[in-house]
Amino acid sequence: MMTFLIILVVALAAVALVQIVRIFEVSNTLTPAKEEDNRPSHKDNDIQGKILFVLGMLFVVFSVWSIFKWGGYILPVSASEHGLETDRLLWITMAVIGFVFLITQPLLFWFVYRFRGIKGRKATYMEHNNKLELLWTSVPTVVLAIIITYGIITWGNIMNPEFEEEPIVVELYAKQFGWQARIAGEDNVLGNANVRFIEGINSIGIDPNDLNGLDDIVTSELMLPVGKPILFKFRAQDVIHSAYIPHFRLQMNCVPGTVTQFAFTPNKTTAEMRRDPKVIRQISGINEIREAKGEEPYEFDFVLLCNKICGAAHYNMQMKIVVGTEEEYNQWLKEQTTFAESL
Amino acid sequence: MASEVQHHEEHHHHEETFLTKYVFSMDHKMIGKQFLITGIIMGLIGMGMSLLFRLQLAWPDTSFPILDTFLGKWSDNGIMDPNMYLALVTIHGTIMVFFVLTAGLSGTFSNLLIPLQIGARDMASGFINMLSYWFFFLSSVIMVASIFVPDGPAAAGWTIYPPLSALPAAMPGSGMGMTLWLVSMTLFIASSLLGALNYIVTVLNLRTKGMSMTRLPLTIWAFFVTAILGVLSFPVLFSAALLLLFDRSFGTSFYLSDILVGGEVLSNTGGSPILYEHLFWFLGHPEVYIILLPALGITSEVIATNSRKPIFGYRAMVGSILMIAFLSFIVWGHHMFVTGMNPFLGTVFTFTTLLIAIPSAVKAFNYLTTLWKGNLQLTPAMLFSIGLVSTFITGGLTGIILGDSALDINVHDTYFVVAHFHIVMGLSAIFGLFAGVYHWFPKMFGRMMIRPLGYAHFILTFISAYGVFYPMHFLGLAGLPRRYYTNTAFPMFDNLADINVIISVFAILGGIAQVIFLFNFFYCAFRGKRAPQNPWRSNTLEWTTPVEHIHGNWPGAIPEVHRWAYDYSKPGAKEDFVPQIVPLSENEEPSGH
Ligand code: HEM
Ligand SMILES: [Cu+2]
Ligand SMILES: [Cu+2]
Repeated sequence: MMTFLIILVVALAAVALVQIVRIFEVSNTLTPAKEEDNRPSHKDNDIQGKILFVLGMLFVVFSVWSIFKWGGYILPVSASEHGLETDRLLWITMAVIGFVFLITQPLLFWFVYRFRGIKGRKATYMEHNNKLELLWTSVPTVVLAIIITYGIITWGNIMNPEFEEEPIVVELYAKQFGWQARIAGEDNVLGNANVRFIEGINSIGIDPNDLNGLDDIVTSELMLPVGKPILFKFRAQDVIHSAYIPHFRLQMNCVPGTVTQFAFTPNKTTAEMRRDPKVIRQISGINEIREAKGEEPYEFDFVLLCNKICGAAHYNMQMKIVVGTEEEYNQWLKEQTTFAESL
Repeated sequence: MASEVQHHEEHHHHEETFLTKYVFSMDHKMIGKQFLITGIIMGLIGMGMSLLFRLQLAWPDTSFPILDTFLGKWSDNGIMDPNMYLALVTIHGTIMVFFVLTAGLSGTFSNLLIPLQIGARDMASGFINMLSYWFFFLSSVIMVASIFVPDGPAAAGWTIYPPLSALPAAMPGSGMGMTLWLVSMTLFIASSLLGALNYIVTVLNLRTKGMSMTRLPLTIWAFFVTAILGVLSFPVLFSAALLLLFDRSFGTSFYLSDILVGGEVLSNTGGSPILYEHLFWFLGHPEVYIILLPALGITSEVIATNSRKPIFGYRAMVGSILMIAFLSFIVWGHHMFVTGMNPFLGTVFTFTTLLIAIPSAVKAFNYLTTLWKGNLQLTPAMLFSIGLVSTFITGGLTGIILGDSALDINVHDTYFVVAHFHIVMGLSAIFGLFAGVYHWFPKMFGRMMIRPLGYAHFILTFISAYGVFYPMHFLGLAGLPRRYYTNTAFPMFDNLADINVIISVFAILGGIAQVIFLFNFFYCAFRGKRAPQNPWRSNTLEWTTPVEHIHGNWPGAIPEVHRWAYDYSKPGAKEDFVPQIVPLSENEEPSGH
């Protein structure tokens, strides 16, 4: 594929060069042109009409082919409750826009071919047509109204969720260039925090005088229980970062001076994800590539990335997140040290 | 009438020196050319930068000696420095958005076409017009100079969000480089405002007899509305930049609060970077229409002329321009769905954003219908305009995903966004720019460009444009964030390497294709075949002026306008076009109602 593309580029460049040289010879005359010479000839229209038609259709074919070729790379099924909902909305929207795309693009390029200039033909004079215009104003309006309504309802459900039990409060803390997590502990309340309290072991600035903070647990790797609602709170130490966990369909900016939040429910454990057929296919593809480069094999894990430009190592701000069963989670919690213990 | 003739004779009397004719020119045609050529140079720089960082993205482990050549100390044995990567992306984005597609596109064609197409001797104020260009020139020089400061140019993304852009301790580019960026943009804003005010006044006051607003060509409508957008939104960017300047230099806390950076706690409290985001995008969103509308205007003109048909639904086209312009002021929040702003605002902005799809759809369908049953003259300009219709549809459709707050959560700031905005704004506007250059080159330089080269340029550009940006949708849907120096830090992206290689190969092809254009442009500007007066058999007024530029545009009186600009293939007419200056014949129905 690669070599083919390179050859293609070189060949096209050569063609272009030859053209340039030829034109140089032809066009060295500076006589005023006859008026017709400046407009595309019958033959030009014919050839260009056909070329653009073929190019356009190639693009349409490429766009469909690429779905088969690269569709396997896109994110696997969501591992969060709300993600299932947004995925459904995404595919419905994709279907709609795909349909419009597949109608309008071929139509455009077919018009170019069908109506390419022919000597002696006269274009049809047509100023407007109220019926047609009403049609293509109202149809998109109706379709969009449906999409907007569906989207707004989904958005409302995500942003103002109703959970049957109280969500576990977890803070994600961003700084150049890494993440830390803070679990609210037994009281499920995060202690106050501010960068002004940062000192020594207190790396994310928990207020030592706030009793709520004593049972908080600060970690550099996070575990979450499956099926339990989680309320993430986000803080940033220096510049804006963005907490992005693609497999949860979750993203929220971390803004210095402000606390932002996002609530969700993970619905698949890491182990379950590793057994998912699509994930297995993706991982084995990735591992083939890694093996060829002599790198260690990779195993699926949820990962938190930074998705807002934040400086030189923005590309490498990661934190592993493990989703386990409730027992695994409780076990893990026991092994962690609380803020009070660490002081 | 008499006073006009007199006015124009005055112009002929004063002698022009080289300096007043080519450098400190007050003639709108010359100023248009100055904008264009500066824009082309900036475009080359911006494109060159994108090629450098595409090398890095496709082959992150490969050493490219060429990087050492271009980047000096920012490249170590052919491997780019991460800070430099961000700097290149930032300056690339800034240059493309503001310098090429705002000044280079709108500046060129508003200047060239507004007086010519409405029948005016020049802009309302030639002096202000000249100032507008020179502010732009200075701003370009400063932006380019900023690349060479020791700590590197601004690198916080073209949106320069604070605190990153406010604190030199956060990244080297936020020192001197950012200061120069802000100074350059301030001059740029001044230039845009001077230009825009001039365009508005000229369109409102200097139309020739008979040129009612409803007879204006759609190009003029587009430039006019664009100018209004600019006047209303650029000052807001100015205020955002000013407050940022205060935060950087005078210790204020508009955008800063509770920050520890470089091992030090800053004293600032109470500010919010979100305020900056609101101010920035209040300009930022209208800005994408400031870029796009002139391209759409040019396309309307080129498609109608070369289809030999009236533009379909002239009034709907004007209506949709106005509608888009209005809506563009109340959608800025769609860039901020995941900033933590009140979810209710997310709902509102989703609603307004998706509303814009309606006038946009109307435009797309009207273009399609204009082509339908036409007799298409496939000039290079026409091909680029058709390309624009294609990219406008493709990119517009993915906007429906990004505008939907619930869906944006997962694709915000990923390559899906990069794909979307490059296609709908970058490609469409670049295609519009090329269409305009090919179409009005005879008017600018009195010579013709070489058509076969134009065809080769279009074909290669069209292929590489989609080749570069279409595959990026898949990267985004795979969760790949933008503004990443390399994708190798996360094994989950390892399988995307081949897509990245394909993109970069097409990018290089696209770069090569532009060489054809450059040759064609500069060769023909000096040695092209002489143009006839009306090479495309067009109706608009600019083609009634002599081929050789004269100050004041028309040697005699300014012609009077008797009809709209779109009487192509009108039944009963002898030819397939009837210029606007031709009076209605007996029993002829006026068109355009
Ligand atoms: C020569 C063809 C071009 C190529 C190969 C190219 C490629 C890219 C790439 C890969 C990025 C970086 C994405 C990221 O890391 O976020 C980028 C950013 C950008 N490009 Fe282009 N681009 C091209 C032309 C254009 C044009 C014509 C425009 C005009 C609108 C444009 C505007 C931008 C902007 C605004 C950004 C964002 C900069 C930022 O993240 O701060 N580019 N481009
Ligand atoms: Cu980051
Ligand atoms: Cu926007």
